Amino acid sequence: MATVTMTVNGKSRTGEAEGRTLLVSFLREELNLTGTHVGCDTSQCGACVVHVNGEAVKACTMFAQEADGAEVSTIEGQANADGSLNTIQQAFQDHHGLQCGFCTPGMVMSAAALLKDNPKPSEQEIRNYLQGNICRCTGYHNIVKAIMAASGQDVSAVAAE
Amino acid sequence: MYDFDFEKPSTIDEAVAALSSEGAQALGGGQTLIPTLKQRLNMPEKLVSLTGIAEMKGVSSDGGTMKIGGGTTHGTVAKEAKGSFAGLAKLASLIGDPAVRNRGTIGGSLANNDPAACYPSACMATGATIRTNSREIAADDFFDGLFTTALEEGEIIVGVDFPVPEASDYQKFEQPASRFPLVGVFVAKHGDRVGVAVTGAGEDGVFRWTEAEEALAGNFSADAVSGLSHSADGLISDLHGTAEYRAHLIGVLTKRAVAAAS
Repeated sequence: MATVTMTVNGKSRTGEAEGRTLLVSFLREELNLTGTHVGCDTSQCGACVVHVNGEAVKACTMFAQEADGAEVSTIEGQANADGSLNTIQQAFQDHHGLQCGFCTPGMVMSAAALLKDNPKPSEQEIRNYLQGNICRCTGYHNIVKAIMAASGQDVSAVAAE
Repeated sequence: MYDFDFEKPSTIDEAVAALSSEGAQALGGGQTLIPTLKQRLNMPEKLVSLTGIAEMKGVSSDGGTMKIGGGTTHGTVAKEAKGSFAGLAKLASLIGDPAVRNRGTIGGSLANNDPAACYPSACMATGATIRTNSREIAADDFFDGLFTTALEEGEIIVGVDFPVPEASDYQKFEQPASRFPLVGVFVAKHGDRVGVAVTGAGEDGVFRWTEAEEALAGNFSADAVSGLSHSADGLISDLHGTAEYRAHLIGVLTKRAVAAAS
């Protein structure tokens, strides 16, 4: 066991981790931040995407001790200071970018990483960026639409109502 | 996953020392190793993370050489090589997905030498040099069959030096579920030396297609290779494609790579 300290959503958090403890297990079980989901546990589905030092990573495929000293952002830190949904989250709601919601934390975190690098992505760029995020409900159209809308772009050309 | 001790040294010397103990193994970005550990296919007593070593990260140019630290992520390679080394930037930008590219490293990929990994083809086609903590190894001498390399126990890839080609391209025929190449072909032109390297297809891993290299050396155009066909001997046959299918893809992808090279 080692003591691990990281800044999570702006607050310094400390907990215990074994060598094999995954970042996602540390967040969920040690820090009780259960918004980050474990879907496949094989780094394919993207439900566990968080940001480590500003970059999107799959928290199921990184050890907690690797994030010692890092800045970590999770879905719990995305809402505005007054508790209202941020632009991306609101756009997911407005455009029905979720059904069961299981993949949504990862989708929102991937979308945030994309828009940080590329503030006005094309539909194709959004679809390419979401290659590592799997949603089994929506067929992706409304997710793509939500991300287009969150970037301030017209969504009328995006397929499917 | 079985438990193990975890160390994260900040210098190459510390990492080499940490790896000298029995049962220790290096950890790059972990995008292959962690799934392997989860399946209990591997049980190291200690993992030595190489991600905290600043001197092993980043991309720099030195004359006609692009020097890439072994701990540099695919995402960084894709960004940094864009513009000056188009084929490598494209190769890196097609690995896995964005989150995987933010963790996986070039050194980790080369040390693993998956027969369908992308980077080995770029190293072979350009005649890159793999730098370790103790020596330099030419790409032609580095890859040694499936998941096997010239690396000794405890030896670390600290960087890779690529002679930057005048023109290059990478063509990847993706196996759609894994996004690994069913066949990938990297073409690089340095004056009249042309390198053509193939990944995903060989039973012994990455290899150079010397017949195509010779044809392209005098005439760097898709026409120069249109009459050539690669033999199916020694190629992989599996449920995704027969050896004959892969042989055909090698010819098609080589032509496409030459036509697209920039």
